[in-house]
Amino acid sequence: MTNALTEQFPPLTTHEALVEANRCLYCYDAPCTQACPTHIDIPRFIKKIATANMLGSATTILSSNLLGATCARVCPVQELCEGACVLGSEHKPITIGRLQRHAMDHAFNHGLNGFLKPGPATGKRIAVIGAGPAGLSCAGELARRGHHVTIFEKRELAGGLSTYGIIVLREPVEIALAEADMIRQLGVDIQTGVDIGRDITAADLQSQFDAVFLSVGLGASPSLGIPGEDHVLDGLDYISRSKLDPASLLPGRSVLVIGAGNTAIDCATVAKRLGSQQVTMIYRRTEREMTAYDHEYSFVKNEGVSFEFLAQPVRVISENGVVTGLACVRTRLTPHPEPIEGSAFILPADQIIKAIGQNRPSIAVLLGLATERGLIGVNADLETSTPGIYAGGDCIRAKGAASTVMAVQDGKLAATAIHNKVMANG
Amino acid sequence: MADLSINFAGIKSPNPFWLASAPPSNSGAQIHRAFEHGWGGAVWKTIGPPVLNVSNRYGAWHYGANKMLAINNVELISDRPVDVNLREIREVKRAWPDRAVVVSAMVESKPEAWHTIVRQIEDTGADGIELNYGCPHGMSERGMGSAVGQVPEYCERITNWVASVAKIPVIVKLTPNITNIVLPAHAALQGGADALSLINTVNSIIAVDLDTFELVPSIGGKGGHGGYAGPAVKPIALAMLAALGSDPTVSGSGKPISGMGGIGTWRDAAEFLLLGAGSLQVCTAAMHYGFRIIEDLCDGLSNWMDSKGFTDIDAIRGKSLHRVSAFQNFDLSFRAVARINPERCIKCNLCYVACNDTAHQCIDQIPNSDRPQPTVREQDCVGCRLCYNVCPVENCIEMVQEPSGRTSVTWAEIGQSEPAVTEDWEAMQRYRSAHGIEIH
Repeated sequence: MTNALTEQFPPLTTHEALVEANRCLYCYDAPCTQACPTHIDIPRFIKKIATANMLGSATTILSSNLLGATCARVCPVQELCEGACVLGSEHKPITIGRLQRHAMDHAFNHGLNGFLKPGPATGKRIAVIGAGPAGLSCAGELARRGHHVTIFEKRELAGGLSTYGIIVLREPVEIALAEADMIRQLGVDIQTGVDIGRDITAADLQSQFDAVFLSVGLGASPSLGIPGEDHVLDGLDYISRSKLDPASLLPGRSVLVIGAGNTAIDCATVAKRLGSQQVTMIYRRTEREMTAYDHEYSFVKNEGVSFEFLAQPVRVISENGVVTGLACVRTRLTPHPEPIEGSAFILPADQIIKAIGQNRPSIAVLLGLATERGLIGVNADLETSTPGIYAGGDCIRAKGAASTVMAVQDGKLAATAIHNKVMANG
Repeated sequence: MADLSINFAGIKSPNPFWLASAPPSNSGAQIHRAFEHGWGGAVWKTIGPPVLNVSNRYGAWHYGANKMLAINNVELISDRPVDVNLREIREVKRAWPDRAVVVSAMVESKPEAWHTIVRQIEDTGADGIELNYGCPHGMSERGMGSAVGQVPEYCERITNWVASVAKIPVIVKLTPNITNIVLPAHAALQGGADALSLINTVNSIIAVDLDTFELVPSIGGKGGHGGYAGPAVKPIALAMLAALGSDPTVSGSGKPISGMGGIGTWRDAAEFLLLGAGSLQVCTAAMHYGFRIIEDLCDGLSNWMDSKGFTDIDAIRGKSLHRVSAFQNFDLSFRAVARINPERCIKCNLCYVACNDTAHQCIDQIPNSDRPQPTVREQDCVGCRLCYNVCPVENCIEMVQEPSGRTSVTWAEIGQSEPAVTEDWEAMQRYRSAHGIEIH
């Protein structure tokens, strides 16, 4: 079993990258580029790897996506660029993600020869709330246009989910932090440990800045609403500890993970790799309704995680403050999961983790913004109901799957809209 | 099982594959091992006057991720004394009487020197002599190798010195570093050669180092042209082989040609045979992968011959030579157009961009439910075949023969019947409109 706390894939060697890059057909009007939400010119960066123009390769990526290093690792490439690769018809698409990582690793190790620099100062001040992928992308793009950008980040470290929520297997903390540092080098002021409403008021934001971009992500995990819930570990907290304080995680012998989304799968993966003997995921519906990507589901099955479908937790069982199991009932789909009477059963466990999604962000209410399905409502320019306040990333993702790359693109688009607006305002 | 054995100017071998005179045939031990693997023969690395070699003697051209599309070298002839080589040649021939052992030689341009080496070689029991008139580096600076091969008079004179005393077949190996390969071939035949072989290596500089600005490989800071060989030179070798095979003097002489230059697989071998080679020599492929490649060279060739119903090498030798012609004899009314199979097309659009940017702008992107479908506008397709060549999918683009509606005619015929058409644009335009030739 591979270590839980190191990146799953080793970097490509130069030779591996050369072989793979040369396999790329260099499609014209390439479908991979069309499939990338940030429209990275993929054939171009890959051909540059083939010619050993690594700086050119990295800058090709960064000119479309400032978070190329994170996206190389966490993008659901099967669903995006690699899924669109014309060589998929021969069952072996180009490993675009790993090639992108190869180029970005080179950029981090050898520098960018001044490629990323702030534009001539415009005197405009922009506030970005949240230093996750959307915020960093927006801030970086604005800084390249010469605006003075301040990011206010509630947590201690920049990077958002890249730092706190993506398991090390996919992306080590160092990568997320290096990416944030790259944005800092563009002159962006990242202030961490600053909470809107507590440390700085909404009124301050609007009076001190020419525009505001909200990239706050989502809120805390919702409650299960079952007795004994205080014994249940929070999935996102579990993952952030596995990244930043792995020594504090004691693996259970028998672990239950409630939920079947990508975060739940990540929790199960970490638990398994930390040495838990039995890891079971519990879901009220069936594998057909799972929100996790197919490749994640296959991955975790290979890791030896088992599944308990059509099961709904009703009570945490504990003895002397120690978890011993989870009482559940069977469900049937109508199509909503309905408990079946008299079907109660107990799953023994000494550790229970919940990963059942995240609450809506509260900032919409704080700022009095219109919402859509509980998320921040925005127009095509990503501007909220309050002029001058923009939003992007998971906090607006009312439809479609939320992902880092979508957040990066939101940041880019918002930066363009903000730039146009503040420059038009004179 | 096809019979792969050959009789090349009286030199017999169980299959047509000989190690070329080169590093793989440097010693008796190597050739013993090669014969154990099944090689039909070997041309001993050139023996001759004393030499000293250098380090970093091989350069290579790597294309994309493929290693050694070509190799170049500044290695000289054998750096082992002639008497050592002669002793080992004798031992090898005694141990392998059924294999072809040919000895390559190169000595000073004096009749006595050549007479001596011929007698020494014959004394070993070797089956033939190959005269190295091709070595493009080092030896040529000393008046040997390609310095001889590039001057037909020298070539004829020295061949004559050898042929006048030799009792075993004399093969003259030609250098490709010459404008017209036919001239030295004529000279060699005039001098009495029993057979020809080609090509020797091509003058080349492999690369320049972008960090040190030295040539690659760098020999203590200096570099120079070396002999180029390997897969990349195969088309050059085939063209020269075909030029000899379709030359009336050479083909009329009945003297066989040993073909070499980039043979790495049985497929390459079959092409050389079809263009008239009577035996085949291999070097770079063996240097890349070792002597074991002989297994598939023989197996693949034999299976292909069986599948085509050929029972022996003579049945295929020169079978494509009558197809070798010249532009002036090509049918100007022959028309082929490209056709893209949408079922197989993966829509990489390489055909589209190649045609649109660099050919004749006759592929359209037809809107489709998924991605636009590249489609050839056949009435405008000139049949250039670029799209066919860039398409990465097997059997996706085919060149389809289409009736042009014109009677067959060649440039030579037009030149005879309507010479003005070949000389004057206005006459050409009249000719085109009279024959319905529209160039868009």
